[in-house]
Amino acid sequence: MTVPVDPTPALQDYARPEKLVSTQWLADQLAAGRPEGLVVVESDEDVLLYETGHIPGAVKIDWHLDLNDPVTRDYVDGAGFATLMDASGITRETTVVIYGDKSNWWAAYALWVFELFGHQDVRLLDGGRAAWQAEGRELTTSEQGKPAATTGYPVVERQDAPLRAYREDVLDFLGGPLIDVRSPQEYTGERTHMPDYPQEGTLRGGHIPTARSVPWARAAAEDGRFRPRAELEEIYQGELGFDTATPTVVYCRIGERSAHSWFVLTYLLGFENVRNYDGSWTEWGNGVRLPIAQGSEPGEVPTR
Amino acid sequence: MTESTALPSAFAEIADDFHALSGRDRLQLLLDFSNDLPALPERYAEHPELLEPVPECQSPIFLITEVEGTGREATARLFFSAPAEAPTTRGFASILAEALDGRTVGEVLDTPESVTGALGLAEVVSLLRLNGMAGMLVRIKRQLAQKSGL
Repeated sequence: MTVPVDPTPALQDYARPEKLVSTQWLADQLAAGRPEGLVVVESDEDVLLYETGHIPGAVKIDWHLDLNDPVTRDYVDGAGFATLMDASGITRETTVVIYGDKSNWWAAYALWVFELFGHQDVRLLDGGRAAWQAEGRELTTSEQGKPAATTGYPVVERQDAPLRAYREDVLDFLGGPLIDVRSPQEYTGERTHMPDYPQEGTLRGGHIPTARSVPWARAAAEDGRFRPRAELEEIYQGELGFDTATPTVVYCRIGERSAHSWFVLTYLLGFENVRNYDGSWTEWGNGVRLPIAQGSEPGEVPTR
Repeated sequence: MTESTALPSAFAEIADDFHALSGRDRLQLLLDFSNDLPALPERYAEHPELLEPVPECQSPIFLITEVEGTGREATARLFFSAPAEAPTTRGFASILAEALDGRTVGEVLDTPESVTGALGLAEVVSLLRLNGMAGMLVRIKRQLAQKSGL
């Protein structure tokens, strides 16, 4: 780790406090000019938001355009990731702090992809872009302070298995701790159908059988920051009875909201083995012969 | 770009402007559109419930149309509302406003939905995001057809 961790007391209760930084800490780091070894990355749902103004010195990495390979419908490979890192001024040793809009959904998703490539030190800015902005902190359209391109990021083979679930994995996992983090309406399968309207994405409404509904937003406070650990434990361990030692799978529509929940379970609560099923409902809902459940009950494991 | 010659004239000019630019400058032009989206007139600003939501967009956007006259020769008026935190969606709306607001209903109805794919934006905003713009166009056409009695 090249940049010290944020010692803010509020973060120390979390299982892995080094994965999170506060807005104040980041502002302090940047006050005397961005330290070498720290690169700030903005990753948003809205692809133009960065251009309207970003944290000074931040680079933009877009999940759709930079981290995906549209032909293989997969993430970029090791060579592609290395090229992106070099262009972004990130070396294997760089401390990366990611922030974004929408309570950090896409920032968490980008962080998760960084971890598929085993990038050691990648952290989230608690509260993301909205918190930074609400505190009246500086946003700029200037290129000044952005890291120069670097060379030599190693070509690392992506390690999907520990962090990522494929549909076959999920099919074998039914009955295990499986969390649907979408809205309750998406979970039950009721949708706002209007005549003559194009339907986006999926042919069926509902959820993966046996999945429990825990909308991602339950982990977020009003200001977009994560809820304190005790409150998170009350939800995931208390109310829902999930166990940190049991392998767990999360999913949503395309994997972005579930990356947020994956971060919460893995780094804030210390779950030992959480995988994000990024195919999520877009894949499962359309999958030929894949079983689904509708309504508010999780449903049974189908006989196969 | 040969594809833009087949576009309705209103879109052809905008498409040419985008195609003349490379990646980052294209985004900048979209941002200019976004910043230029006209504000809602008071009669709608005070009654947001009159506007129709467009769920294909990732970010909240609402639109409403008005028709002056009847039939294909009627004049189409378009109004949009989207928050500042959704500049891409605002940009899409602004393009539609510039290309279609004040045209005849017939011209708008004849605009092919494929037009959104011909602006050279897929590479800089991604296809998935571009879906939202097609969603807006579908709703605009549907509202106009209804209101003009077609």
